Amino acid sequence: MATVELEKVKKRFGKIEVIHGIDIEIADGEFIVIVGPSGCGKSTLLRMVAGLETISEGELRIDGARANEKEPMERDIAMVFQNYALYPHMSVAQNMGYGLKIAGASKAEIESKVCNAAKLLQLSELLDRKPRQLSGGQRQRVAMGRAIVREPKVFLFDEPLSNLDAKLRVQMRLDIRELQSKLGVTALYVTHDQVEAMTMADRMIVMNGGVVEQIGSPLDVYERPDTLFAAQFIGSPSMNIVDASARDGVLNIGGMSVALECPRAATGRVKLGIRPEHLLHAADGPLELRVRMAEPLGANTLLHGTLAHDGPSFTASLPGVHRIERGGESARLTVRPDNMHLFDADTGRRLA
Amino acid sequence: MAEERAGMVERHGAGVWLTHGLMIAGVLVIAFPIWLAFVASTVTQPEITNPPMPLLPGGHFVENYTAALFSGVNVPVATMLLNSLVMATGIAVGKIAISLLSAFAIVYFRFAGRTTFFWLIFLTLMLPVEVRIVPTYEVVAGFGMLNSYSGLIFPLIASATATFLFRQFFLTVPDELAEAARVDGARPMRFFIDIILPMSRTNIAALFVIFFIYGWNQYLWPLLITTEPEMNTIVMGIKQMFPSGDDVADWPVIMATSILAMIPPVIIVVSMQKFFVRGLVDSEK
Repeated sequence: MATVELEKVKKRFGKIEVIHGIDIEIADGEFIVIVGPSGCGKSTLLRMVAGLETISEGELRIDGARANEKEPMERDIAMVFQNYALYPHMSVAQNMGYGLKIAGASKAEIESKVCNAAKLLQLSELLDRKPRQLSGGQRQRVAMGRAIVREPKVFLFDEPLSNLDAKLRVQMRLDIRELQSKLGVTALYVTHDQVEAMTMADRMIVMNGGVVEQIGSPLDVYERPDTLFAAQFIGSPSMNIVDASARDGVLNIGGMSVALECPRAATGRVKLGIRPEHLLHAADGPLELRVRMAEPLGANTLLHGTLAHDGPSFTASLPGVHRIERGGESARLTVRPDNMHLFDADTGRRLA
Repeated sequence: MAEERAGMVERHGAGVWLTHGLMIAGVLVIAFPIWLAFVASTVTQPEITNPPMPLLPGGHFVENYTAALFSGVNVPVATMLLNSLVMATGIAVGKIAISLLSAFAIVYFRFAGRTTFFWLIFLTLMLPVEVRIVPTYEVVAGFGMLNSYSGLIFPLIASATATFLFRQFFLTVPDELAEAARVDGARPMRFFIDIILPMSRTNIAALFVIFFIYGWNQYLWPLLITTEPEMNTIVMGIKQMFPSGDDVADWPVIMATSILAMIPPVIIVVSMQKFFVRGLVDSEK
């Protein structure tokens, strides 16, 4: 159990800077999810915390003490890898106890700790098996077991669920979360899956191109995205973004003179973001969606199309079933002012 | 259609017979000289020299083999067998130990000139022993290692082939394994001993068999550096048994020696066959 702080942390590979100075403070026992598209530097960041990559600049503190130069083993962390990285020639029990064995723990101590962890993860029956005799989900649990046996200060997860099938992933998501809160260990979890980020995180860190776009609780990020990127990355289907111009509290979208009550003081060119699920059917709504395709999902219906005749593409998610016979029909929609997000057209930052 | 299928089965059957026939014929062709050597080692000298040569074993098995093992021509075969065993085992173990370590260094450590070193090692693959035999002799003689086991073993230990093979194997081991071991607190040598060695055991077994036979069959090098009969190895020893000038060759004893020389490699191959085949055909995940 520990706090983790990163201060202006940068990473360069040769001359190329891939992480451009990141500040994060993680409280004791917090579950932090780092989410972003592939190549955004999230795994590199995690590996720097683990000590598998050197930190080019800035400082990493675990429990208040500088950890930049410490070996991974001295940082008191445990890591779960994407492909589990179980030692193929060792049994499950040996895999889980290897770290303790190196640390010089007694046989009895190793056995009792492995036994407890196995019980927690329902692995007791499998302790004598080799990794290749296990299913994907079981291997995942062994990797978890290897991490918790050592009772580390911090758990690090590097996309641990991406090799599992969808159903198992939902189950493991709950299991990991439950385990972490039971053990009360600080956790740093990297994923590209925004659903995992939304469901697991105490706070999530949205990363893009080596910088942090936003840090906040999942609902904060969902309800008040700081940047265009965070707005579009979190939420499914992703947020509609259209160009608009604001004047005197009225918003014009794409020259089609649809005036919306503008909730905030903004003038000039802006980007307007509206989540598909916040659009409502209204016979006299200000937005006209020309439907090109409808996807009935049962609980709701996704309407894909364009705003007006040939405006920007737009998606609406309406509750319940809407029978739309063929493309070309249009639907009139409205949105509550507090569900409209305005971003600066140039910087992509949220306008207050 | 049924007839057609029957025809196919028949042709198939004929094919099986044909291939088996060819295979048996091939085995006979290969085994025949060995059989002749065995027959020759169980008869007396006059029986061999008077044509036609016998094709069935005679009654002097014990006599000839005792003579070969304990007195031989120049030196007892038992001594030469021991010399060969020490040399072959030493070469095999040494080659594997050195190439495992050098491959480990090349794959897992970043040091100045890493690639250069790898290519230097790789380059020696292209030089057969014979090319460097004179300078090697000079060095070994300078160290006073003539007529010694160390002289027989050390110059043949360096192995580019094994280094290369282990390097290729280590490259297939996922990086995460090394990282997991680092997080678990394993220092490099601990990782090498606990993780890398057990994972390479099938490769090690396969290479042991190959290098044991390589060491066992060394001829030129032992011939050069052993002048005392007590240090002769079996493969060169057989040649030494051939008489020079007008002496009469003791063919039954020479043949018995040949048969004896074949036994240790056969034992090694047969006993390690399971590992050997596994090492060649699959890489464990």
